[in-house]
Amino acid sequence: MRIELVKRPERSKLFSALSPFIAFALTIIAGAILFAALGKNPLTALYTYFIDPITQVWQLHELAIKAAPLILIAVGLAVCYRANVWNIGAEGQFVMGAVAGSVLPVMFPETVGWWVLPAMLLMGAAGGAAYASIPAFLKTRFNTNEILTSLMLVYVAQLFLDWLVRGWWKDPAAYNFPQSVQFNPSAVLPELAPMSGRANWGFIFAIIAAVLVWLMLSKMLKGFEIRVLGSSPRAGRFAGFQQSHVVFFAFLISGALAGLAGISEVSGAIGQLQPSISPGYGFTAIIVAFLGRLNPLGIVAAGLVLALTYLGGEAAQTALGVSDKVARVFQGMLLFFVLASDTLIHYRIRIAGLGAKSSEAA
Amino acid sequence: MDITVNILLTIATAATPLLIAAIGELVVERSGVLNLGVEGMMIMGAVCGFGAAYLTGSPWIGVLAAIVAGALFSLLFAFMALTLATNQVATGLSLTILGLGLSGMIGTNFVGLPGVRLPNLYIPGLSDLPIVGKLLFGQDPLFYASIALVFAVSWFLFRTRKGLMLRSIGDSHSSAHALGIPVIRYRYLAVMFGGACAGLAGGHLSLVYTPQWVENMTAGRGWIALALVVFASWRPLRVLAGAYIFGAVWIGQLHAQAFGIPVPSQFLSALPYLATIVVLVLISRNKRLTMMNTPASLGQAFVPDR
Amino acid sequence: MKSAGEAANLIEVRGLTKVFGTLTACNHVDLGIRQGEIHALLGENGAGKSTLVKMLFGSLEPTSGEIFWKGQPVKITSPSVARSLGIGMVFQHFSLFEALTAAENIALSVDDGTSLDKIAAKARDLSKTYGLPLDPDSLVGDLSVGERQRIEITRCLLQEPDLIILDEPTSVLTPQEADKLFETLERLRAEGKSILYISHRLEEVKRLCDRATVMRHGKVVGACDPSKETAASLARMMVGADVATAERTPIELKDAPELLGICGLSRKPAGPFSMPLKNIWLSLKAGEVLGIAGVAGNGQGEFFEAISGEVLQESADSVRIRGKSVGRMGISARRSLGAAFVPEERLGHGAAPRMRLSENLLLSRHATDRKAFIAPGGFVKNGMIQHATQRIIEVMDVRKSAPDPEAASLSGGNLQKFIIGRELDRQPAVMVVNQPTWGVDAGAAARIRQALIALARAGSAVLVISQDLDELFEISDSIAVMHNGELSKPLPRAEATYERIGLLMGGAEPGHTDPHRPEAA
Repeated sequence: MRIELVKRPERSKLFSALSPFIAFALTIIAGAILFAALGKNPLTALYTYFIDPITQVWQLHELAIKAAPLILIAVGLAVCYRANVWNIGAEGQFVMGAVAGSVLPVMFPETVGWWVLPAMLLMGAAGGAAYASIPAFLKTRFNTNEILTSLMLVYVAQLFLDWLVRGWWKDPAAYNFPQSVQFNPSAVLPELAPMSGRANWGFIFAIIAAVLVWLMLSKMLKGFEIRVLGSSPRAGRFAGFQQSHVVFFAFLISGALAGLAGISEVSGAIGQLQPSISPGYGFTAIIVAFLGRLNPLGIVAAGLVLALTYLGGEAAQTALGVSDKVARVFQGMLLFFVLASDTLIHYRIRIAGLGAKSSEAA
Repeated sequence: MDITVNILLTIATAATPLLIAAIGELVVERSGVLNLGVEGMMIMGAVCGFGAAYLTGSPWIGVLAAIVAGALFSLLFAFMALTLATNQVATGLSLTILGLGLSGMIGTNFVGLPGVRLPNLYIPGLSDLPIVGKLLFGQDPLFYASIALVFAVSWFLFRTRKGLMLRSIGDSHSSAHALGIPVIRYRYLAVMFGGACAGLAGGHLSLVYTPQWVENMTAGRGWIALALVVFASWRPLRVLAGAYIFGAVWIGQLHAQAFGIPVPSQFLSALPYLATIVVLVLISRNKRLTMMNTPASLGQAFVPDR
Repeated sequence: MKSAGEAANLIEVRGLTKVFGTLTACNHVDLGIRQGEIHALLGENGAGKSTLVKMLFGSLEPTSGEIFWKGQPVKITSPSVARSLGIGMVFQHFSLFEALTAAENIALSVDDGTSLDKIAAKARDLSKTYGLPLDPDSLVGDLSVGERQRIEITRCLLQEPDLIILDEPTSVLTPQEADKLFETLERLRAEGKSILYISHRLEEVKRLCDRATVMRHGKVVGACDPSKETAASLARMMVGADVATAERTPIELKDAPELLGICGLSRKPAGPFSMPLKNIWLSLKAGEVLGIAGVAGNGQGEFFEAISGEVLQESADSVRIRGKSVGRMGISARRSLGAAFVPEERLGHGAAPRMRLSENLLLSRHATDRKAFIAPGGFVKNGMIQHATQRIIEVMDVRKSAPDPEAASLSGGNLQKFIIGRELDRQPAVMVVNQPTWGVDAGAAARIRQALIALARAGSAVLVISQDLDELFEISDSIAVMHNGELSKPLPRAEATYERIGLLMGGAEPGHTDPHRPEAA
């Protein structure tokens, strides 16, 4: 038996729409098998993982808190990946955005005023963008592979944050705990509906970013430029578009959004800087981007799904006693299945029997 | 004198996993496939190697388990990228994400357990020679394996007919297909070889380098191995040189931390990553060299007409 | 059991069919090739010739049908099976590896484990015997197209095949090189080998081939002795209708203004295997069609990029469009001055394959028609673009399966009509086209050629780069030749003969001296 791909004359609209759902269904099935292998009742486990964490209003707030950074980052990554620019260092841009945005509340903790928060958010976005401009510069100037440089810069950013909260920015009153001072109230991102839960404005930023980027990608010349250069670079040059401009544009947008996500997380959900401020949002957002089919509106839905895998992981750890790493496994599987389902958009799959010709024998 | 020998020894130990992983990925990329999942395959090798060695008490079974784990895990990538023609960059990333998660799950109960170390080779007489004795005749077995791998791969690629076929596939998969070379089968084998190497490299970490299981213990080495392949412009002997340079950087910063050099340890820890970036920039500045050496069909999906 | 006629056939196929999805590329094809004959397979682009021979060589698996080799039924499941039977193939788009040496390339199709040195020696001998000089140690990427073909043929001969399949072998050769190839083929025939010769060049088929089989839309529509036919009658069999040739009225250009000027254009090689441009001078006047002939890979692509502005020049004066020095301007600025460009590669250069026709309209016109297509704020005006797309589709008679399909789903001819139409729709003052009818069916080709002439006669300057000499002789007012990155002096149509142009294509004369050219650089 052999699997063969037969190219479709046009991409399939049906499977374009269906592929995320197929991927999710396959993930659920694989998840059931995984739980069964761990000796858990698959149905109970899946309920605990995917349903139980979102049965109450405050839990929906938690979902929004986890989804906000994922959506913000993934929307930026969608721009990159559409442009065929492989920024996989969003985690580092997230951290550097958080650091840049925290300059005000950490170094000038006495500063208060309505302008503090907007200034922090701007500085956060600027910090993320500046950090993302490094791989962009190296790629456009020296032709250096952006996958490796952006990834290496993640480790550098994490070590830099680690040094800050253990050294220069350590809160002297924190009994040697590695953390910065608590942000003062005017540096804290307000909650949306404090009566029902903790969700903050970060989620609103994410929705706004998704809509704006969607408009740009699908309705504007800039989006056309990005899509052409990403899908056929030579045709893009023929159109008079410049590769290097788009590389910078994509890195700056995604860096800014990752940075905004970083400062929103620190100022909203955490309230101070710590050695670790992200459970891998920058990497999980890659999955979100693909599950959303690189469409910002799809990414909003995909962000909620991936946020659920985090909550489910925590729930599974407490209720079922399995490692919280199960969340990472679910996320990895989801990306695998998304990519596999995407094959159906461009190809028909034919299963050739054993008796048929095997052209690769001999 | 002893200090120098010890430093050289630790450099070799630090370079060996990079070298093994990179030489495997070199073969994969020579066949025209870009597998960014090295980090994931490596960590799977590390956890499986540790677990098998711990459970059986035999480090050699650990080595075998690491190799098999890496190869099997790479098969997942091969099925996706080769049979289903998925985007290789994204598929490699998902392999890394899945590997980091799975290894964490598998290794939950291994954390903090004492490991089993693969014993060093000891040849009476030769190993007792001053200086060279320890350097050449008293290392761990995987050190010798890594050196042998470099020369074996070099011989295979440039001196054998099958190696020529593999390179031809990397240069133009459609021409190779037209000539009747089984493109997909060669690529499957190349990817699995790369996976086995990455697994072995991970096994080196958990059986030799630091014989224990720590989550994310690969610490980006898989990515550095990928960078090494670019740095070496797809030449095996240059990978050898590159791996030892990086081993030296890695060990250098550790020693600098130990000697209490008045620079924050985090900055020293960042050195290997920064060095990777610098090296990549230096090598890619020479556009002509890169273009000449990069396998022309690298990273492109291949779907034959049938 | 078999009749005498069948027994004499070296290879025979019966009812061979190949279906790709909804397309039947080969439909119950019957074909027999005798020992010691040169058998022509004629047909337009897309008639199914390449599909048929790929099945004979084992690269494609037939959907149904039978193949008999020396009277025995065989299943040719892979190229190595074909080679072991005694079938060799010289591909149209070469199956060579640029990063490997000639000897390594040859070794790849020798199925036993002969050492590289022995193969190199054998190849050297063989190439001498058949007049195909080659250097086994050179990198293929550094070689010319003609040299590459010699490697392909040597590689094929090294296996001592009984049947040699050649797919459009002369499309990359000068007329003189083609003559040499014919000598080689005739010698092979004299040795008793059979040759299946695929071509759409009727004159050479008439001259060389003993029998011909004609295909159209995947079916065999006739067989004949080509020496007894005329080119016109063969063409009618191929196309199924009379073939129109473009009409060209002579034109007086004396006082016409220069619209495109190339003055001392030079360019360093861009990549490891690309051609430098060496001091090119050219002047195109309003009303004129100028053809540039040349064997593939002599700098045509680099020249096109330099004129179009996809690659900028060091000096602004090296390219002039309507009197403006544009050497430092990008492609959009050059378009805005009234120039239009059609590159050789349709999918991936002239059009984005996975984008719709309307989006591909925007591709080359977002800057020149900014007012019409782009609203303030950078939003794309979809309605206006759809409207213009439909207009072009109607004018150029583009056939398609959906209202606004992806570019990749169109046939080569229809996509090329759209791409040319997209530029003509702007009434450009300067039109530069690289290989206007490459891989295009005869009907579309005739339409495109006529449209180019009409554009020139309406007062534009048209530059056509082509490897198809027949095409250039049909539409050009004068013809220049590009060889090794240099451009010859244009010959007026009346003075240009196939022989003269052919010699220039082979590099007989170095670059010409232009009267305006400064004496010393």
